[in-house]
Amino acid sequence: MLEVKHLEKSYQKDKPALTDINFSVEPGTFVAIIGPSGAGKTTILRSLNQLIKDDGGQILLDGGDLRTANKTQLRGYRRQIGMVFQNYNLVERLTVIENVLHGRLGYKSTLAGMFGRYTEAEKQEAMTLLEKVGLEEFALRRCSELSGGQKQRVGIARSLIQHPKVILCDEPIASLDPASSQTVMQLLKDLTTEFNIICIANLHQIGLAKDYADRIIGIRHGKMVFDEDSDMLSEEILETLYDQNVTEELN
Amino acid sequence: MQTPVNYLARKHWKQTGTIVLIGSIYLLSSWILKFDGVGGIAAIPKAFSWLGVNFKPTANSVHFLPSIWQKLIGTVMLAIASTVVASLIAILVAILGSKVTGGSSLVQTIVRGIASFFRNIPLVAWAMILLFSFKQSDFTGFLALLLMSVGYLIRAFMEIIEDEASETMLALKATGASYFQVIFQAVLPQIMPSLISWILYMIENNVRDATLVGILTGTGIGFVFDIYYKSFRFDAAGMTVLSIIIVVIALEVLSNQIRKVIL
Ligand SMILES: Nc1ncnc2c1ncn2[C@@H]1O[C@H](COP(=O)(O)OP(=O)(O)O)[C@@H](O)[C@H]1O
Ligand SMILES: [Mg+2]
Repeated sequence: MLEVKHLEKSYQKDKPALTDINFSVEPGTFVAIIGPSGAGKTTILRSLNQLIKDDGGQILLDGGDLRTANKTQLRGYRRQIGMVFQNYNLVERLTVIENVLHGRLGYKSTLAGMFGRYTEAEKQEAMTLLEKVGLEEFALRRCSELSGGQKQRVGIARSLIQHPKVILCDEPIASLDPASSQTVMQLLKDLTTEFNIICIANLHQIGLAKDYADRIIGIRHGKMVFDEDSDMLSEEILETLYDQNVTEELN
Repeated sequence: MQTPVNYLARKHWKQTGTIVLIGSIYLLSSWILKFDGVGGIAAIPKAFSWLGVNFKPTANSVHFLPSIWQKLIGTVMLAIASTVVASLIAILVAILGSKVTGGSSLVQTIVRGIASFFRNIPLVAWAMILLFSFKQSDFTGFLALLLMSVGYLIRAFMEIIEDEASETMLALKATGASYFQVIFQAVLPQIMPSLISWILYMIENNVRDATLVGILTGTGIGFVFDIYYKSFRFDAAGMTVLSIIIVVIALEVLSNQIRKVIL
């Protein structure tokens, strides 16, 4: 279980980017975080694996606090948390399978990792995961030769090989065409159930959030505006999140 | 109020102003230096025909070729060796100094300072300074080229790391990979094409510069040219220059081919 309590962050004094964020998620749940750009979605996600150092609160993964972990402990937490990026963030020059295997680095000794010495079992698993995301034929292709949708599926396979408890996706489909977006969202939804993991995705598209997510958290100006099961929310309520007038009222 | 119309009008005036300013700087400085632009241009054809007549290699100069090429190959090797060593040093220092892979901001500032120091001392000055310690030898030339290349390459490599590697670095850091794993598995593979492209450019450049340094350090092809020139064997000097040009162009063609393959 992932619990976030009283999370706070400001990049500049007196301009909070996040104020008092609270939520907890059970395994097997797909959560969408929606909100206008600049609302603080990326800041939340990157605080969860401490790529951004937040200012206060607690982030508990199965009871252990990431925020107070030392360097080695943090490495241990990070390998249980996969991350998927808008721009895929693959090493474009390397092959698909090498990029997938990067997800194992957190489990390896420094030297074995530096020189990319992976075990047979790890290679076998990489192939199995590539099959799962429909890219087994591309294993030895360079990532630079793939389409956006294919790259994102490599990114997802890289996070799965970490055996994660949580996958964080920052705008995973913002650079994709509608068809690839559907494929990637469906894949994330299926994997969440199959592996019983927590998947948290920042999204811009309200429609897709409603179609695929189990739960939707709305963020505006760094504050949580709602946190409900997705079938409880009408699109009208969701759209108020982006409405300028309602924004004024809330302040 | 800034309207699009008066914004564009202002931009137009700024451009005209810049052109007028550059023109006046040229006129002012040629007046101070008593430099006669028109006369200089008029003298160009005569100067080149003199060069053409006197520096033209003849059938007689062919027997200089073996010694010219022997020295030339040595000079090319010197340039390549100094660039390769410079690249190895530069990549280490650039990793220490770049904003995304580097140490504390103090380390970054120091690295930037060192790079700028080595870069901003002219090559000829490096050669002259090093002559005191290492006398007229290949090593002096090697070191002069090395120091200047290190300065350029550190700066270039740091920018490449910052532009090209920060996103993939973040992704691997998020998997729990350690610092050295991130450097070897993400940063280096990601920047390799740009790195090689810069190293090739630096080799081309250093082959040209090595001839100049050779004149000062009394080694390599520069020394050969200097001797022929000072003993008025202009045809042999011309043959030397021609050989240098051929090698430099050949290197450029070769490295463009390599770039095409790797990029
Ligand atoms: N590195 C940073 N330095 C200063 N301000 C930042 C930085 N990153 C984000 N912010 C600010 O924090 C707020 C939230 O940003 P972000 O989390 O990126 O929003 P979102 O992902 O919802 O678009 C914005 O106002 C943004 O300008
Ligand atoms: Mg964002």
